[in-house]
Amino acid sequence: MKYSAWSLLRGALSGQRHWPAAWRDAPPKRAYDVIIVGGGGHGLAAAYYLAKNHGVANVAVLERGWIGGGNTGRNTTIVRSNYLYPESARLYDFSLQLYEGLSQALNFNIMLSQRGLVLLAHSRHDLDAMSRWANAMRMNGIAAELLTREEVGALAPALDLSPQARLPVLGGFTQRRGGTARHDAVAWGYARAASALGVDIVQNCEVVEFIKEGGRVVGVNTNRGRIRAERVGIAAAGHSSVLAKLAGFRLPVTSYALQAMVSEPIKPVLDTVVLSPGTGAYVSQSDKGEIVMGAMLDLFPSYAQRGSFAVKQAIIAATLELFPSFSRLNLMRQWAGIVDVVHDSSPIIGPTPVPNLYINCGWGTGGFKGIPVGGWTLAHVLATGGNHPLAEPFQLERFITGRLIDEAAASGIAH
Amino acid sequence: MMLIPCIHCGPRDESEFTCGGTSHIARPGLDQSDEIWGAYLFFRDNPKGLHLERWRHTQGCGQWFNLARSTVTHQILSVYAITDSPPP
Repeated sequence: MKYSAWSLLRGALSGQRHWPAAWRDAPPKRAYDVIIVGGGGHGLAAAYYLAKNHGVANVAVLERGWIGGGNTGRNTTIVRSNYLYPESARLYDFSLQLYEGLSQALNFNIMLSQRGLVLLAHSRHDLDAMSRWANAMRMNGIAAELLTREEVGALAPALDLSPQARLPVLGGFTQRRGGTARHDAVAWGYARAASALGVDIVQNCEVVEFIKEGGRVVGVNTNRGRIRAERVGIAAAGHSSVLAKLAGFRLPVTSYALQAMVSEPIKPVLDTVVLSPGTGAYVSQSDKGEIVMGAMLDLFPSYAQRGSFAVKQAIIAATLELFPSFSRLNLMRQWAGIVDVVHDSSPIIGPTPVPNLYINCGWGTGGFKGIPVGGWTLAHVLATGGNHPLAEPFQLERFITGRLIDEAAASGIAH
Repeated sequence: MMLIPCIHCGPRDESEFTCGGTSHIARPGLDQSDEIWGAYLFFRDNPKGLHLERWRHTQGCGQWFNLARSTVTHQILSVYAITDSPPP
């Protein structure tokens, strides 16, 4: 069913009881053209683009839990493309462009809100670094504007702009096309659109083995039986290394817990996204009114979906130094996602050392913004066997050749 | 939140420590291939479960030591000196 004002009006006459399930919760078939392991945003997007862009609809998305229940439901919903290097700028800006048209493309309101993104400079050095950063973005054709302290204040009046502030704001820069999108709408929008094109979304289906014949992957064994496939793609974020081990290779990935939290909902007070790279803190207000806060990783390897109290305290301390008026808010929820951090903070999208097996991982703390392009480029390599031009620099071999794309400085948060 | 047993100072709060990543990775010779050096520098087992790792008591004695720790439960199974072999 196509969602429209007409379908709403029609439903008004029948008590809105005509809505069918948004997507099919399918049982697994015995064989597919393509299997995607991981039913988060990246996996669902890859399935959708396989069907939409390449006409490959005999596809299954295998999800161990429920769709969107991993990092897709455990992030801070920020979208942006403020990266330093040309390869990253192309990749992330294409993702943002896809986000800009996604509600129309999927016929599902992903609630994209391009409320802008403000990065704060707390020192002379920050100002210099941000001039370089914003100019690098502009050289790559992505709009960015340097801001004075007064201009930052106009965009986020709740900030402590006094000279006595523990984190004085000297200025900053903004990417006005940045903003937020609704995380579960992104998962469900892709799932609904993929399902409508014939993709099977299989939940509670854990891959326990990759089946190989002559060294090539020809399917998977799962807790719901054996499923064959011509090609298999992995989009499992923090669990990428676990699946790689099952398949018999290693990744340059370490898994960490990244935590975030929301306050109780309050009236609108912050209509942009504020990042303070110096402290790692990023703050926004959700459409429900909650203040969304996040910052640095818990810096030791972890597969536990919870964070340490010390890091929680640091996130809150940094947020309150920036916004003293938030000090009396109660926290509503706190969560952590397991993120796949690589040394250069750039993703890996392409073939693995095992024939017929492909991977999309390494997005680290920034996977949500990359969902559309991660799905687009994984679908391309799964359908054609060749890398998408946008993904060509982001191959596993770069950790052998040394041609890293080191965005650790540019991604807005220290990994 | 972990209570980490520094081998010199005894149990201390996690926030006093810095994790130095996987232990017992041997540096290859300078004559080795790019594949071997890439594996040494970047590629990790990243296990879900028991992990042997280096920690430093940064805000205390400043000394390095090894932990055997679960990456799922964060339970610390053993602590041993930085030059010791992994426990059986």
